[in-house]
Amino acid sequence: MNDWRLFPVMFLAFACSLTLGATSALMLPWSNGTAQASAPLALTAATPSATPVTEPQRKVPIGGPFKLLASGGRTVTDEDFRGRYMLVFFGFTFCPDICPTKLDEIARTLQALGEDAKQVAPLFISVDPERDTPETIGDYVASFDTRITGLTGTPDDIFNVAKAYKAYYQKVALDDQGTYTMDHSALTYLMGRDGTFRKLFRPDETPEQVAEIIRQVMAEDKGS
Amino acid sequence: MSWRIHAFGLPALVLAGAIAAGAHEYKLGAIEIDHPWTRPTATGQQVGAGFMTLKNTGTEADRLIGAESAASEKVELHEHIHEGDVVKMRPVEAIALAPQAAVKLEPGGYHLMLIGLKAPISEGAMIPVTLIFEKAGRVDVELMSQKQGEAHKPAEHMGH
Repeated sequence: MNDWRLFPVMFLAFACSLTLGATSALMLPWSNGTAQASAPLALTAATPSATPVTEPQRKVPIGGPFKLLASGGRTVTDEDFRGRYMLVFFGFTFCPDICPTKLDEIARTLQALGEDAKQVAPLFISVDPERDTPETIGDYVASFDTRITGLTGTPDDIFNVAKAYKAYYQKVALDDQGTYTMDHSALTYLMGRDGTFRKLFRPDETPEQVAEIIRQVMAEDKGS
Repeated sequence: MSWRIHAFGLPALVLAGAIAAGAHEYKLGAIEIDHPWTRPTATGQQVGAGFMTLKNTGTEADRLIGAESAASEKVELHEHIHEGDVVKMRPVEAIALAPQAAVKLEPGGYHLMLIGLKAPISEGAMIPVTLIFEKAGRVDVELMSQKQGEAHKPAEHMGH
């Protein structure tokens, strides 16, 4: 299940640009499903140990600036959350199963974190800006836990934030009467207090596991 | 003192009834429908999902070919396809029920999709649904509205 399809084009680009020889292998350290290893930001080329890396490391950043709308039409940017950990995931309200499950799990993660949850800002970003108004998504997420912020925006805003997070989404018609669903990636991103990427959670990680990893990251930050 | 037995027996009976209601089932010919359930809706949620276990105890294959509900504009049969970390929801024409086998409609997999809910679903509500099987015919069931953790543990349904 280490299947990673979000940046095949980038993989190709890297594969072409890396000239470290046929023995080089691309590694994606953060796709480790167990998420135990620390997840460096860099896409690194593994080389034979005797050969020093002479090329500069290439980085594919996850995350970036965003400007979106929350309940009440309030503008929210990534900078509003500096000093806290953003727990970012994507979904939509016309989603009968995966999104309620995810929101329920985020609510349980916050419960498991107890007091530490105050340092965490869970952000549910809509991939369906056509149907999800700031009010719709705000009310929706509040049903699960009022500490979760629901965000939407213009189609361009959503495109830009999804692109920054390397999140896949696509509109798919369900019938010829305009009913549609959204395919989307079901990953959750933990961003550090400075807004940079820290951890990636796969959909099958339990709220308890996610809470534990968030605590580890908090402990690392305290120690540093 | 027979009244004494009665006094203790009544709550026991009520309790037994509650347990039976907590895991309700239906039978239509060879098809057993075990514990149909749904989730309470979040504010503004227009769609719902119905889950259950379907068992074919017979010797002939059957198929769930549709469903109807007075609670929503329409009901479709859907499945989730997990491609890597991307989730896709797609309508299916039918859900096959092989003889002597069970199929689970569960979070992350097959489900009834109630599209255009006419009213929010509160916790504990019973939502009427008619299931339509190709051979066994139609049967009225009720989806019990309950929070997910009460019906399934994550480990049971998130493995894929």
